[in-house]
Amino acid sequence: MTSSEFFPEIPTNPPDQSQQKTLLVSHTSHQEPWKFKDYFTFNTDHKVIGIQYLVTAFLFYLIGGLMAVAIRTELATPDADFIDPNLYNAFMTNHGTIMIFLWIVPSAIGGFGNYLVPLMVGARDMAFPKLNAIAFWLNPPAGLLLLASFFFGGSQSGWTAYPPLSLITAPIAQSLWILAIVLVGTSSILGSINFVITILMMKVPSMKWDQVPLFCWAILATSILALLSTPVLAAGLVLLLFDINFGTSFFKPDAGGNVIIYQHLFWFYSHPAVYLMILPIFGIMSEVIPTHARKPIFGYKAIAYSSVAICVVGLFVWVHHMFTSGTPGWMRMFFTISTLIVAVPTGVKIFGWVATLWGGKIRFTSAMLFAIGLLSMFVMGGLSGVTMGTAPFDVHVHDTYYVVAHFHYVLFGGSVFGIYSGIYHWFPKITGKIMNETWGKIHFVLTFIGTNLTFLPMHELGLQGMPRRVAMYDPQFISLNQICTVGAFILAISVIPFAYNAINSWFNGESAGDNPWKSLTLEWTTSSPPIIENWEVLPVVTHGPYDYGHQQDEV
Amino acid sequence: MQKVPVSLWTLLVGMIISPISIWIGKHHHLLPIQASAQAPLVDNFFNVMFTIAVALFLIVEGTIVIFLFVYRRRAGDASDGIPIEGNLALEIFWTAIPTVIVIALGIYSVNIYNQMGGLEPGSHPHHIAHVSGTAIAATMDNESKSSSNSLHTPAANIGIGASPETQNKPADLVVNVQGMQFAWLFNYPETDINAGELHIPVGADVQLNLSATDVIHSFWVPQFRLKQDAIPGVPTELRFVATKPGTYPIVCTELCGGYHGSMRSQVIVHSQEEFNHWLTENQVAQQNSPQILAVNPGDVSPTEFLAPYVENMGINSQIIPSFKSITK
Repeated sequence: MTSSEFFPEIPTNPPDQSQQKTLLVSHTSHQEPWKFKDYFTFNTDHKVIGIQYLVTAFLFYLIGGLMAVAIRTELATPDADFIDPNLYNAFMTNHGTIMIFLWIVPSAIGGFGNYLVPLMVGARDMAFPKLNAIAFWLNPPAGLLLLASFFFGGSQSGWTAYPPLSLITAPIAQSLWILAIVLVGTSSILGSINFVITILMMKVPSMKWDQVPLFCWAILATSILALLSTPVLAAGLVLLLFDINFGTSFFKPDAGGNVIIYQHLFWFYSHPAVYLMILPIFGIMSEVIPTHARKPIFGYKAIAYSSVAICVVGLFVWVHHMFTSGTPGWMRMFFTISTLIVAVPTGVKIFGWVATLWGGKIRFTSAMLFAIGLLSMFVMGGLSGVTMGTAPFDVHVHDTYYVVAHFHYVLFGGSVFGIYSGIYHWFPKITGKIMNETWGKIHFVLTFIGTNLTFLPMHELGLQGMPRRVAMYDPQFISLNQICTVGAFILAISVIPFAYNAINSWFNGESAGDNPWKSLTLEWTTSSPPIIENWEVLPVVTHGPYDYGHQQDEV
Repeated sequence: MQKVPVSLWTLLVGMIISPISIWIGKHHHLLPIQASAQAPLVDNFFNVMFTIAVALFLIVEGTIVIFLFVYRRRAGDASDGIPIEGNLALEIFWTAIPTVIVIALGIYSVNIYNQMGGLEPGSHPHHIAHVSGTAIAATMDNESKSSSNSLHTPAANIGIGASPETQNKPADLVVNVQGMQFAWLFNYPETDINAGELHIPVGADVQLNLSATDVIHSFWVPQFRLKQDAIPGVPTELRFVATKPGTYPIVCTELCGGYHGSMRSQVIVHSQEEFNHWLTENQVAQQNSPQILAVNPGDVSPTEFLAPYVENMGINSQIIPSFKSITK
């Protein structure tokens, strides 16, 4: 079975495409594949940019992971006896910052989004290739600023950087931190404009709106959310920067400032940021599960619209991060109810994926294992999320390890598993080589065990009374903390088989062919790796992206 | 398998999962002991959510595991699954059920939160002069003379206030709680006692007026299930009745600097007699050492200022000089 059976190429271009094609072919100066050094330059090819995002983000994932190892080592004992408490706070702050802003967001949106969106909608590149390259190149300096901040003590006020603490602690490091976040925020805004235009304007004319892959719907929703919320964060952070360096007093209570305003500005972005980190992952899920279960996605429209619903409702839930802060009772009630409502579209997606498994022929590839692992752990994170979305219960668990447990189930069990799943799934497309399945399974088992060992006991720690962001804790919590630390070490080790597998497969792996998973989305209709500008002749869409089971008569 | 109707299977699964979830919801030992009037309210609410969560968890995870087993690809099978693209009735069902659950939880939340006093902070009659209780007078008195405490502004309307039963009644005991890097200070305006630990009588309606001198702190007693940030410039309050004598930890839950983790204190819930005894003892002790009362935090170095509280904070006195950032 070859891809041409699914997507038969039409010998002559339909008239509506010819104009676009000549236009796009005309600026193709060189057709030879990119050389290794091209990946380190200002390159406007969306596939190069996608790989640049993924590799850079993975390096920062390793750095953020080492910080997590240091944190968990410190917490193996109740006393602050491994690192200085201020350095601990710097690690804790930058662990969160790096994992969010330099790993999950750039790899899920920048990496997969850039690589896949043009391929999935049948475009030769993103709408604004230069803007795209600029957006990527804002990331490395942001990362360097964060690393440089450690020469000034590192920012120590948490990834939330609440004033007044952020105003009085390590001001130079805090300023560098703000600049870094503003840079990645700008990158995110530029990237989002590109995605919105590309998806809305550049899909092949033969693709109907209900044939757009769900990953693209997810990226569209994500981009709109980023465009609406990121400027608000930038505003809050710029005010904070002014307070630290230029003598203003927006957030200085003793000079008439108000610290609560900052929290509103911060969370107006940073709650939607949670959806920025999970919506693209939901998109990956909607591609991986049907392909490896050999089933059409269950409820295409429900899954597409639920992304939009999450995006809309997600803009009105931010105060649930402030239920114990300076918020009046009525506000806590309003945001309790809006928060609970987000569970509905999220549940629709989960049920849709579970139903997709029904009646399938499930192939337990590494990509599928990570997708199923995600499904099982996201349920856990979703349920704990509902409990603490209610103000009466959140008053007990807010800012405790219960919260830490919840968001690691969602962000590690969810987002990171999704990124791994996506890498195993699209590695053959990106490199032309298939990843070793045995190493992939070892990686999955270690990661799955490590995740649950690290984060499950944290629920109990939080309920029993352990606050988050502490370098020293009450000795009654020692045994559960040691379980978490062992789990964290397993997680650290689990990266080794993955990194080995990825590098080794890239150089020595089995050739993958154009479509090893026999997937039906457009990116699999071109060669692996795809040629520059993606196709010799743009494909024509003749069926939906998830029409598995329909072709059996023809085969 | 085909012979057994789906409805029967559903009934059977429901009959197994319901009692399991209800039992787990009632018999988990995830939460610490209950020591305030609000704690049983929070716990009952949590148990309801936990029961639903356990049931949903078992159903969803069970379904995933069963599907993975039943619909695994058999060796040599290269074909696709059945082309089912959706089922409107099923989709409406699994949209409607969670919607009903979350709306019910939302209404229940408002009810519980109201009973906890969350909707009535600041409703206590600060301004009523004829109230016979001395607590109010003392509060006002304290506010007028606490010059050192420049950020303390009147009448909090944020936090957990009077429960519906105690509305419009003054609290039995008012304590001003001040958070600072890295200690809690408790001031009893009625008797002018200052302490590094919170002492309260069991069964009394206690009102804590929370403030912070430097950065945001958060006052949490896990056994009370109550938490409220102490915010510079924004007065907040926590009002509760302790129901069980004992000693419970006070934990700071808002990141407040390097030694945030060591910002711990204790609340000691006494019987009324014990509490009266503690009051008299401390009044005498503090009158005999007037320099403690006269202390103005602005005039002394952090080391001197914190020295009396070292024991209560549970930290080593040698680390106090490292709290330099306070002076900034």
